[in-house]
Amino acid sequence: MSEVDAFRTEVREWLQANCPPEMREPVRDENDICWGGRKWVFKNDAQKQWLEACVQKGYTVPDWPKAYGGAGLTAEQTKILKQEMKRINARSPLDSFGIWMLGPALLQFGTEEQKVHYLNQIARGEIRWCQGYSEPGSGSDLVSLQTFGEDKGDHWVVNGSKIWTSYADKADWIFCLVRTDKANKYQGITFMLFDMESKGVTTKPILLISGNSPFCETFFDDVEVPKTQFVGQVNRGWDVAKYLLGHEREMISGGGAGGDMVSIGALFAKSLGKNDHGELDDPILRAEMAAFDTDVFAYRAMGERFMDMWKTGRAHPASSNMMKYVGTELNKRRHELVMSGGGSDALEWDSEESKGGARARSWLRTKANSIEGGTSEVMLNVIAKRILDLPGA
Amino acid sequence: MPLYHNDDQAMLKDNVAPFVAEQAPVAHLRSLRDSADATGFSRDLWAQFTEMGLPGMLVPEAHGGLGMGHIEAGIVLEEIGRNLTPSPFLATSVGAVAALAKAGGTQASRWLPAIASGEAIVALAIDEGAKHRPDRIATTATRAGNGFRLDGKKSFVLHGHVADMSIVAAKTDGGITLFAVPKDAKGVTADPRRLVDSSLASHVTLDGVEVDADAVIGEVDAGGEILDALLAATRTGAAAEMVGVGQGAMDMTVTYLKERKQFGKLIGEFQGLQHRAAHLYGEMEVARATVMKAQQLLDEGSEGAKLMVSVAKAKAGRAANLAVREGVQMHGGIGMTDEYDIGLYMKRDRALAEFMGDVHYHIDQVARMNGY
Repeated sequence: MSEVDAFRTEVREWLQANCPPEMREPVRDENDICWGGRKWVFKNDAQKQWLEACVQKGYTVPDWPKAYGGAGLTAEQTKILKQEMKRINARSPLDSFGIWMLGPALLQFGTEEQKVHYLNQIARGEIRWCQGYSEPGSGSDLVSLQTFGEDKGDHWVVNGSKIWTSYADKADWIFCLVRTDKANKYQGITFMLFDMESKGVTTKPILLISGNSPFCETFFDDVEVPKTQFVGQVNRGWDVAKYLLGHEREMISGGGAGGDMVSIGALFAKSLGKNDHGELDDPILRAEMAAFDTDVFAYRAMGERFMDMWKTGRAHPASSNMMKYVGTELNKRRHELVMSGGGSDALEWDSEESKGGARARSWLRTKANSIEGGTSEVMLNVIAKRILDLPGA
Repeated sequence: MPLYHNDDQAMLKDNVAPFVAEQAPVAHLRSLRDSADATGFSRDLWAQFTEMGLPGMLVPEAHGGLGMGHIEAGIVLEEIGRNLTPSPFLATSVGAVAALAKAGGTQASRWLPAIASGEAIVALAIDEGAKHRPDRIATTATRAGNGFRLDGKKSFVLHGHVADMSIVAAKTDGGITLFAVPKDAKGVTADPRRLVDSSLASHVTLDGVEVDADAVIGEVDAGGEILDALLAATRTGAAAEMVGVGQGAMDMTVTYLKERKQFGKLIGEFQGLQHRAAHLYGEMEVARATVMKAQQLLDEGSEGAKLMVSVAKAKAGRAANLAVREGVQMHGGIGMTDEYDIGLYMKRDRALAEFMGDVHYHIDQVARMNGY
């Protein structure tokens, strides 16, 4: 047996022994996701058991080094683990902005001490992080941010506000872009880390068109941040931010096609019925769903190629912008079709049958996909300039 | 297996790309077209292909070929697409080889070595009407004497008027059977038509054509599987060629955006064009990945290949079509002139898009394979 096959067998056996049956059910909604953190309450024993088993094995962050809480797997081994998890429908043991975003930034820019401290906390699901990037006046033009950290010798005093801070009200710590030099636009920002329980931090959830509040406004009023709590170099936080945005785009694009292999047409053929030829009984909707399914299967191949190339340094550094653009536009299209397929049932906002308006709320939520983490228009700008090398500002 | 070219494949590309670009650039297509060439491709160029071993890439080594896979064939096809090279490679070296290799037996032994040595050109006589409907074959093969008698009409048979052999799909009592019909068979008439992309495709009439029993490719009534292999290989190959056509058109267009000035600016500075070019880039990248996935699944003999082949033909069709339409539009007036190459890309794309099932056919297949 080759090494690869041996590893696959080992993973398969481990998953069989350690992944509880409840954790092999599809994720139905937000509540099925395990985010971890100081305030986390496990939904059931299985969720807790699954997280603990993965933490012990390093499988919450399989490709991170063992010293930082990972399993030290190669790109190929990580892919095998993911394939095997998908094969049994295993849920992700832990989702977090620490894993997706801060972790990769620390791996790239952190000191050894920071890596050992913060990465292990993230890997074990002990600290839940949120991201402080956008501000009321700084959306697509992020670098114009105004939140200011005044130098007080051994610490900064931070004042300002952030917006669209995902789950800020549930997070333990924040990684935050703070201006530390007003005279220098790009080289005047520091990437700070601080506790959300620090004096002077307040959060206020924002009610969205979906009726939910996954995002917050976050206010800083004379918040003291020790000068040990920054990543990379002082005033060079933009480098970290740009690197991290690449990962954010990668993450958002990964969710774009909706993880499973279920075709949307197959799903709705059940509820809408079929004609005598076995075709979904609404020819134009069938055609649109089939075209969408085709694009999803195609995008899945793109996702596989992108990850294979990204992990081995073959991908264009800006190609995550393309993934984000294509993936988020696709996801919005999926939810438009889900609403069409659901008809008037999908319009229900709070009935029990509609699971509290799950379809309508998800549909509305997806409209943010192509706004958050860089709008589709910004993605196209980046592709035009950095990949196609088109002229102009 | 990762979804990018390995070192050997990258090397193949490094050899093939400059070869095709130097020996058969778009000017080569123009010279054939302008001299009203009656063959449809250059035999000298085919001899050069043969020197490099390309016609027999997919032919098993036991039959004198290189025993390579669809990823490798796709590398050649992408360059053929990018340069709009008229070539029998897709029909002969991909489609016919896939069918013969799948079937084995007498016809495989007879034709595979001849394809590998560059001696034989093989045509695919599958379609019967203006649209690709391989599940509704009306051509019949009835038992007669020691063999069969073929009657029917075939259309869109590329190289049909010059092929040494045509693979003919016909209805037999218990299913579909494929036949190797040699060029000189009595009762075969090939009527070549010049298509929009200057290629030649024939309407082939089979009027009481008598063939021996050993003309059957594979087994009688069991041609369905062989036809599936032929179709999967040819569709994937056409998709790879379309990726080349689309990429060629896109590259040419992006270059033009950096050269053409209007209103005192390079037109590539205008965001209205930048966003369209960037969108096209994404579509082309997705198409490329999809085609490679289909090639990989075919090479692995995976069950999922059939779905991915239709996805690839549809996606490459959509992406390349966008590339050539945006190409002509962004070139403006000169895009409409015969002198500029971009229009030739649009013509080739249209022919390839139709070949072996268009976007609509394959999207419909995706729905059917998913049970709706």
